[in-house]
Amino acid sequence: MAMATPGSVRVAFWHATVFRRMWLRNLLASIVQPLFYLLGLGVGVGSLVNRTSRATNILGGASYVAYIAPALMVTTAMALAATESLWPIMGGFVWQRSYFGMSATPLGPGDIVGGHALWMALRCIVASTAVAIVLTLFSDARDWGLIPGVAASALTGLAFAMPLMAFSIPRKSDVGFAAMNRFLVIPLFLFGGAFYPITQLPVWLRTVVKVLPLWHGVELARGFSLGHLTISAGLVHVAVLLGWVVAGTLLSFRSMRTRLYV
Amino acid sequence: MSHPLVSARGLVKRYGDFVAVDDIDFEVERGEVFGFLGPNGAGKSTTMRMIGCVSPLSAGTLQIFGMDVVTHGRQIRARLGVVPQLDTLDNELSVMENLVVYGRYFDIPRAECRRRAKELLEFVQLGERADSVVDELSGGMKRRLSITRSLINEPDLLLLDEPTTGLDPQARHVLWDRLYRLKADGVTLIITTHYMDEAEQLCDRLVVMDGGRIVASGSPRSLIEQHSSREVLELRFTPNGDGPSGPDMSGIGERVEVLPDRTLVYADDGEVALAAVHARGVVPISSLVRRASLEDVFLHLTGRTLVD
Repeated sequence: MAMATPGSVRVAFWHATVFRRMWLRNLLASIVQPLFYLLGLGVGVGSLVNRTSRATNILGGASYVAYIAPALMVTTAMALAATESLWPIMGGFVWQRSYFGMSATPLGPGDIVGGHALWMALRCIVASTAVAIVLTLFSDARDWGLIPGVAASALTGLAFAMPLMAFSIPRKSDVGFAAMNRFLVIPLFLFGGAFYPITQLPVWLRTVVKVLPLWHGVELARGFSLGHLTISAGLVHVAVLLGWVVAGTLLSFRSMRTRLYV
Repeated sequence: MSHPLVSARGLVKRYGDFVAVDDIDFEVERGEVFGFLGPNGAGKSTTMRMIGCVSPLSAGTLQIFGMDVVTHGRQIRARLGVVPQLDTLDNELSVMENLVVYGRYFDIPRAECRRRAKELLEFVQLGERADSVVDELSGGMKRRLSITRSLINEPDLLLLDEPTTGLDPQARHVLWDRLYRLKADGVTLIITTHYMDEAEQLCDRLVVMDGGRIVASGSPRSLIEQHSSREVLELRFTPNGDGPSGPDMSGIGERVEVLPDRTLVYADDGEVALAAVHARGVVPISSLVRRASLEDVFLHLTGRTLVD
């Protein structure tokens, strides 16, 4: 008898089947946005930044394109994971009710949560790899460090996906979802260390940013590309990201069980 | 073989202070069609969810295939087919994709899912719609697809929660016909419904539920024999304003039931009862003699009609 396929893989197969109808549009969107930022900010703002040595010092001696390029992989993963862990989760209970369909089979809450995690990891890897490939078109951004940067992006994606899934599971309506995007994801994109070092931020804001996942992912990916990552700093970043993933997964499991089994 | 497929003892489901299912016992034998009949809120769906192993029991025991639902939910669900009250289909996927994805939940290989799906789609007359997106299907077709999907794991027990609610009469009859065939193939079915005709036509045995309790059980025929006369005379009168009870008909038939829109006279011979009514000089707008149905049983047991 063949070994059973893990439940989370069966759930991921469902995600993949649904996604098959829209993968190209999605992948293009994942690439086009960071490309615009790279051109608009990297090249545009970069031409100003690179002109002063004081600014270049603050960036650790890197050109502006080299500085923001790895961060764009990570922000892409964050945006994707956040979007996919808000409305679609609610859809699984309220609109399509797919999760209730799954709960009538041998699958349980752990499989559904695990399947989402697996699928998000896969999506983030694909999207940030696509971004990495585009980045190699720019000589300043081209670096082997982009490869471990993909892993950092995927981990960051999960560090958003799982806590946001836990937030979404108990919701009866999508009130609050837009706010999550507006007041968490977009501000982090702007203030989370992607476009300038967080030493430029006031202390209180710096503390907030250091608690949330994005900055840790950005620092990891950037450290790999620019080569300044120390082992101790790397371990701290990974630990914080894993902490968010684990906490989000446990909370998701708990609320999934409560919502499915009433 | 000796024990029943489903066996419930002292089953209770509470939501806070509200008791949805209040200490019920029942057994379902292999190969039979078993029904839960009752109005909305009677506790039918809650009982069904407990049988489906997705609703923890508040008290009592529930065994399915000889396994306890508390400890063996996963194993039991692997052998169940569930048609929920609200469809859980993936609307943006095709009919075939829905079936394959669902079959994969049971870890059935893809090729086997496709083979079974083709066969089942022919069975429910959806063979030509295999590539249609579910969104494009009619309500009746979606229900049939839900049934198809629930059969993909070749279940030993099929649970149908109000399978025909919201369907037009023609779609209902197509669905009933498929359920008859499943029964003929030896599939054990548990059905909830608030349609009397559905219960009467499909069920070998049923329990009548009201307010979370079982108020009667037996075959449709035995329930009618026990709780109703053979025939019923239905009379309609001109609305008489606030008149509480219409003309006096005491003494005619075995029992008289006055409903807002009509008066029912229970009698073994409806024509004789009608003659007696006429003899009193009472003139209804219309009269109808019919055989007693489960509707009458329910009315007698609970004092209320089932469907508004």
